[in-house]
Amino acid sequence: MNTGMNFQAVKAIYKFEMARTWRTLFQSIVSPVISTSLYFVVFGSAIGSRIPQIEGVAYGSFIVPGLIMLSLLTQSVSNASFGIFFPKFSGTIYELLSAPLSFVEITLGYVGAAATKSILLGLIILATASLFVPLHIAHPFWMLTVLVLTAVTFSLFGFIIGVWADNFEKLQIIPLLVITPLVFLGGSFYSINMLPPFWQAVSLANPVLYLVSGFRWAFYEIADVSVMVSAGMIAIFLVACLAAVWWIFKTGYHVKN
Amino acid sequence: MAPFVSISGLSKTYASGFKALAGVDLEIRRGEILALLGPNGAGKTTLISIICGIVTPSEGTVTVDGHDIITGYRVTRSMIGLVPQELTTDAFETVWATVSFSRGLFGRTKNPALIEKILRDLSLWDKKDNRIKELSGGMKRRVMIAKALSHEPTVLFLDEPTAGVDVNLRKDMWGLIRELRASGVTVILTTHYIEEAEAIADRIGVINKGRIVLVEEKAALMQKLGKKQLILELTAPIGAVPASLAAYGLALSNGGSRLTYTYDARVESAISVLLGDLAAADLHFTDLKTEQSSLEDIFVTLVEEPA
Repeated sequence: MNTGMNFQAVKAIYKFEMARTWRTLFQSIVSPVISTSLYFVVFGSAIGSRIPQIEGVAYGSFIVPGLIMLSLLTQSVSNASFGIFFPKFSGTIYELLSAPLSFVEITLGYVGAAATKSILLGLIILATASLFVPLHIAHPFWMLTVLVLTAVTFSLFGFIIGVWADNFEKLQIIPLLVITPLVFLGGSFYSINMLPPFWQAVSLANPVLYLVSGFRWAFYEIADVSVMVSAGMIAIFLVACLAAVWWIFKTGYHVKN
Repeated sequence: MAPFVSISGLSKTYASGFKALAGVDLEIRRGEILALLGPNGAGKTTLISIICGIVTPSEGTVTVDGHDIITGYRVTRSMIGLVPQELTTDAFETVWATVSFSRGLFGRTKNPALIEKILRDLSLWDKKDNRIKELSGGMKRRVMIAKALSHEPTVLFLDEPTAGVDVNLRKDMWGLIRELRASGVTVILTTHYIEEAEAIADRIGVINKGRIVLVEEKAALMQKLGKKQLILELTAPIGAVPASLAAYGLALSNGGSRLTYTYDARVESAISVLLGDLAAADLHFTDLKTEQSSLEDIFVTLVEEPA
């Protein structure tokens, strides 16, 4: 009898979740791409042409990394949270709990699929953006690393929300009331150097600022904070989410009774 | 032979304070059909949920084929198939996808031929590409059974498999359960339909208020606890039961022409002694018949007795 990791189960969950993506293609891929494209049209072309360059970068190009982050964060959280919330809601979680697998396999399956979906989405948006504005990626490897790590981290975060939520309202509340404002105020559309000193200091308390800044540095080598600080912050978020998932795994919190 | 599933001192108190199980001891033999009979809220589902890993026990241990369900959960769960009571399915998935998913979840590699056989056996083959939401309730129930069988379990738990199922489908299910046993699968089913336990079980366990009240071979249980009644139609009506027969507690009815004797089937000589005494009292009868109480009567007696 097999007593090690149940990789067949990880594969089954991953494939199940990816199948759900293709089945809901419009909602999961097409609609985020369209809404992000609207930002490019409005802020990049229409308004952006009247905004001066920021640190030597045209405004339309400047906002691309921030917009990708906006989609990446919101979609990672909503994909992963819905993925694990829905079986709890519909009752099909009985099968996950009665199968020979631990929370590690469940997490790998759901978070892996949610992160894959977000990364694909990020790349599609990047490709779309290149149709509207000139793009330059100074450090493609670092860009991809930040993209992947952010997708994984926020998918883990979404997974935690999905475990915690016991109704649809709770499922929506964090993406709407926390993630979106943090991304908007995290320098997606501006450099914090444009803010008065007090608000600059406040912005530094916003974790998303470090993600956007690090990501933008990969494109244009301009950043609000040192790129090493960004890397450190991403690592801290990742570890914090892993710790939370580990705690859920140990206690069975909100999953088993 | 060592029991296949061994449950000892199993208790469960939910966070709400509700004590669903209060020290259950039960041994399940390899290859048998055990019916767990009990009223709603007796703890049947909690018991099954603990063995299958859905509910964490408060106290006690369970082993399946010698492996503890907590420390050896990967081994025990890969042997167990579960068909829960509620029809919880992924409405948007196809029958084929959901059954294949279950097999993967239980760590088994793909086996399309086996899935095809299971779906054919359950008359689901022509629905394999249908989404589950398009199926009737009875078909959904069969999809859940197919999911549970997809990883070739050696022990199958069926939680109220025929609740809300029509008569024909119920008979089909019984046939399927017997076939599974014939192929060597141990089957534990819960039910509150006594006729179901009577029809298919080898042994019957009665559970009430979180305790196992008894576990018996079905035949032995019926014989041991079954009250029998002897009904005598007298040649001529009598006004009262003669004093010489008072000890039997006979009931007189039908205008004094019918005597009913309720006796314990365990006492083999009960009838012959009475018949001898009847002849001595010069009472003759035109007809006699005996009636045995059903499992239902036994069950009602058991769960109504103060614990």
